[in-house]
Formats: sequence, C-alpha cells, structure tokens
Amino acid sequence: MIDVKHLKKSFNDLEVLSDINETIDEGEVVVVIGPSGSGKSTFLRCLNLLETPDDGEVWVDGEQINVPGIDVNKVRQKMGMVFQHFNLFPHLTVMENITLAPVKLGKLTKEEAVKKGEELLATVGLSEKADAYPAQLSGGQKQRIAIARSLAMEPEIMLFDEPTSALDPEMVGDVLDVMKKLAKSGMTMVVVTHEMGFAKEVGTRILFMDGGLVMESGTPEQIFDDPQNERTKLFLSKVLK
Amino acid sequence: MTWLDDFQNTFYKCFIKDDRYMLMLDGIGVTIKVALLAAFMGIIIGFLIALCNLSRKKPLNLIGKVYTDVIRGTPSVTQLMIVYFVIFASVHWEKWIIAAIAFSINSGAYVSEIIRAGILSVDNGQTEAGRSLGLNAKQTMISIVIPQAMKNIFPALGNEFITLVKETAIVGYVGLVDIQKAGDFIKSATYEAFMPLIGTAVIYFVLIKLLTLGLAKVESGLRKSDVR
Repeated sequence: MIDVKHLKKSFNDLEVLSDINETIDEGEVVVVIGPSGSGKSTFLRCLNLLETPDDGEVWVDGEQINVPGIDVNKVRQKMGMVFQHFNLFPHLTVMENITLAPVKLGKLTKEEAVKKGEELLATVGLSEKADAYPAQLSGGQKQRIAIARSLAMEPEIMLFDEPTSALDPEMVGDVLDVMKKLAKSGMTMVVVTHEMGFAKEVGTRILFMDGGLVMESGTPEQIFDDPQNERTKLFLSKVLK
Repeated sequence: MTWLDDFQNTFYKCFIKDDRYMLMLDGIGVTIKVALLAAFMGIIIGFLIALCNLSRKKPLNLIGKVYTDVIRGTPSVTQLMIVYFVIFASVHWEKWIIAAIAFSINSGAYVSEIIRAGILSVDNGQTEAGRSLGLNAKQTMISIVIPQAMKNIFPALGNEFITLVKETAIVGYVGLVDIQKAGDFIKSATYEAFMPLIGTAVIYFVLIKLLTLGLAKVESGLRKSDVR
C-alpha cells in the first residue's frame, strides 16, 4: 500500500532521514518509536508530502507520489493525518470542521456530510459537541474531533503524528481508545508515538528509528521482549521502567 | 448672556442663513461616499497586493514591493492630484468616483501590509491541516486561513478605515465639496473662522465616533468562536 525506497530528507545541513526503505501493507498498524530527533515525524510527513523528500521514492497504491505532475491533493484525500497540536479550525464549529473538506471537495453533499459527521461524532463519543467551537473543548476532545475530521474523508490510510503528546495524562486514554477502535476496524495506520503501551497492544509492527534510519523492525513481541539492536535496547531501557 | 446671543447669532449666520446647512449636509454625503467606496476598493487592492507580497513568484513580489514603497513614499494629496489631473485627466467620470479610486490606491498599500501580517499570524498547522485533508492551496487559503486572518486584523483594518475617512478631507484639492470644503466655503462667505471650523471638527468627530461604535459591534460578532 505504501512503499518507501531510499527516502532522504535534510533541513539545511541537518540530515534527518538518511535512507529509509519500508513497505506498509493494507491493514497494518505500524507504530514508529524512537528518540526525539530520530526523524519519526519527518518520515510520517514525507508519506503525504507535507515534507518534500530530497531523494528516494514514495509509492502509494502503486503510484509514485513524489514526482512532478502528480495530483498531491488527490493522494492526500486517501491519507488522513492527525497532528500533535490537533490543528482544528478555530473559526468553525465541530460539525463544520468535519464537513468542510468532504463538501468542498465534492465528495459528499452538505446533508450527507452532516449525517456522516453525526456518525463519526458518535464513534468518538462526542455527539453532544457538534455545535461547539474548538476553544470550548478539552485537548482530548479536540484530538478526537481531529480524528473524526480526518475520517470524514474516508481515507484508506491514517497517519498519526504524536497524537497524545500534547495531552494531559488523563486525556490520553480516550484518544487511544478511539485509535484502538479504528485499528480493530481494519484501518491501515502509521502512528508516531511515545505511548509504549499502545504500541505493544495495538501495533502489528513496530519500527524503531534512530539517526534518520530504521534500526529495527518487527512485531511488538520481537521489539519489546527480544530487541536485537543495541540502540533499541538502550532506548527501551530508558522508556520502559 | 451676551456670549450666548453671540453664539446663537454666529451659528445662525454660519449654518442656517441662506440654507448653509444644505452645503454641509451635501459635504457629509460626499465624505461618506468617497470613504466607503475607497475603503471597499482599498480592501480588494490590499488583498491583491498582500497576495503578491506573500507569493513565491519573484515578479509578483516585486510588484507588491514597488507598489507599497511608492504609495508610502509620497503624500496622499500628491497622489490624489496625480490620479485626478493626470491619470484620469481625459476620463469623464464623476469626480467623487475618481477621488475614491485615488484614496483606494493609497489605502490599498496600507491594507496590504495589515492583511499580510494577518495571514502570517495564522499558525502554519492550520494550512497543514487543510492541505492534509486534500484541499488545494487556494481552498485552504479561502476557507481556513483568510477567515482567521480577517478576525485577527479586523481592529487594524477598522483603524485604517477611520484614517481613510479623515484623509478624504483633502478632496477639496480636486474641486469636490466634502465636509472640510463646505466648512471652508462657509468661512469665506461669512468671514467667521471659529464656528465653521469647529463645526467641521464636530461633524468629523461624530462621524468617526459612530463608525468606531459600529466597528466594535461587528468585532464582537466576529469573536463568537472564541467563547470558552
């Protein structure tokens, strides 16, 4: 579903991604872990071209997307993204946040989008917030709305960029629950996170990144119980106490 | 109570006698017409110039920069007279429309800087969220960035509008009779300085006060999504 070949990305002189090769299949829940600055977020952002790769290839559904002439907007409609800082549209109500893209892009009519929005709000447990503005919501609620907003486009793939890192601890659980539900429904997901519990429980595969490379990849059991790479061991010894 | 009688007499002479208040009323009309049309067109010009300045295309940047530089670097009276007597010399439109065009060209330069700052003030995450949903750059700008920018810049834009209303007091230079010029005429006709000039000031003040109140009302409407 997603194929990444020799992906490289630098910011000025800083090489963030050295050489990433990875294949993500349909239905996988790939959890990317690793220390800060290891390139996890940049890797994720290269998948929907929020960052333009310097070199290498990104393929989605058998089509290379980092070449001139590709309709980036069409590709992004297939890939939802959830951000660390939610990025809800503060001037719109919750329902308008959710219906904006599908209606603007002609995917759904206004009525269909509202109906879809109601279903999604029920899924994330926030039906009563349809007419609220983002400023009236807690962080956890905002993130659940952000997930609903992405799902309204009926994406094939969902990308999560540290979705719980900006939340108060007591809010984390609600957001993770929604993500678990989504994973169970068979959604293909790529999740950058520091939540090791989530990685263990929900991930079908773990990528450990460090220094712009994927150092180790495997099932949660392999990575957490029997890591092979020294750096993986060191990282896990620090985060799993 | 002689000073009160004096006051009443002068007031009568300046504003009532020979229907001079009609001159003033017409002047108020001219000021309002010119200011409204100029503000409207100024916002459109300001938007276009702001987009030029924010564009990644070098020629557009240059157009925006030269425009802002030239307008900010020359007096508005000079601009008004150039527009009226040079650029529109052979165009026989109504005077007030040509004057409004001149003021909109001037105001556009200031508005563009306000709008540019407003657009830059919107968090980049908003653009990323819009783009990641599959909206193109233009759709993201129109549905997501500009509405938020407008809210941020509304006070500054209101301020610019107030400045614009007062700036129009120079339209007398191209033969339009606005509030200022009407006051001037009355001064010449009556040989009174105090009453017509203070009257002019009071009228401008009341006009601006009403405008400020109106703007405050609109602004509180725009803030409805901020409630917590």
